[in-house]
Amino acid sequence: MAVETLREAPPAPEPPVPGPLALFLAFGKIGITAFGGGLSGWVMQDMVRKRRWVSEDDFLAGLAMSQALPGVNVVNLAIWIGYRMGGGLSALCSALGIVVPPMIMVSLFALVYEWLARFPGSARAIEGAVAASIGFMIAMGVRVGQRSLHRVATATVMIVVFVGVAFLKLPIVLVVAVLAPISVALAYRREVADAR
Amino acid sequence: MRDSPYLAILAVFVPLSLLSVGGGQAVLPEIHRQAVLSHQWISEATFLADYAISRMSPGPSSLIVTLIGFQVGGALGALLATFAIFLPSSLLMYALVRVWSRTRGARWQRAVERGLAPVAAGLILASCVTLLAAASGGWMVPVAAVASAGLLMTDKVSSILIVIGGAAVFLLVGN
Repeated sequence: MAVETLREAPPAPEPPVPGPLALFLAFGKIGITAFGGGLSGWVMQDMVRKRRWVSEDDFLAGLAMSQALPGVNVVNLAIWIGYRMGGGLSALCSALGIVVPPMIMVSLFALVYEWLARFPGSARAIEGAVAASIGFMIAMGVRVGQRSLHRVATATVMIVVFVGVAFLKLPIVLVVAVLAPISVALAYRREVADAR
Repeated sequence: MRDSPYLAILAVFVPLSLLSVGGGQAVLPEIHRQAVLSHQWISEATFLADYAISRMSPGPSSLIVTLIGFQVGGALGALLATFAIFLPSSLLMYALVRVWSRTRGARWQRAVERGLAPVAAGLILASCVTLLAAASGGWMVPVAAVASAGLLMTDKVSSILIVIGGAAVFLLVGN
């Protein structure tokens, strides 16, 4: 009886875990609507805020690793989220979702580029779409930044990384290589202290 | 040309995939150097047009390699270039997430995740600045970006509507 119940109603995670096709479609939708770079902001808005597939903690861990490893950040992030949702196939479908539909879009754009450029408003409209898209990154920065502001240690790390990359124009690899170990060591000390 | 253009595409983009630490933008200068200067696949003007197209098209901006691949080797070249730039780094990420998911909840692992969060936050804030600096369109760009962020944070307006709204406002107001 108990076994039967289990089979018919698997412990329903709340909200439901998306399958490979749902992941492909969700990432594909982001891929063909997100203009101007900074796609991880869209992923957060869609999958963390709206659909609640991924927790903010898990998203952030994945994002940090995506940035630390080589590769396009949002593709790495799709692999992270996909794998966490449902293993290898889901990871593959997520990655294909964020690459293949935009690849088709960019080819279409290349075909109509010269024709499109004849319309006087087209460039201006795209500037507007890009500007609105940067808002996704800002929204994510504000949300994520607030969390790190709670502690002096995390706030300091965040500000040093921000200033180093944005204003001192230091290479990202260098900044991450220096600050990530420090930040992780501080977090480890907190973990040990919390466990006591 | 005796050598296959397809092999040349792979030889250029596979190593770049593994060098693109910090995102696709990191290897853009190297893509330019290889495609325009060393291999002379495309002219400077074509590269700039490709760059403009990949910037205004949605999705990852590294898809400039799709366009270059097409110009070097047609449809197959486009496919090869795209997968060459995405596959090697993706396999690396896949290996990491597999290992990471196998040992879950260890103290060091929680420490790594929590320790990386403020680093990620700093990088996100930095990319806001970088994106704003790279965007063309004048004073309205930061204003519209902040307005869009404010709307998004209410979680009440659809993402696509915000982007269409941005395009419409720019079109109506002009420069």
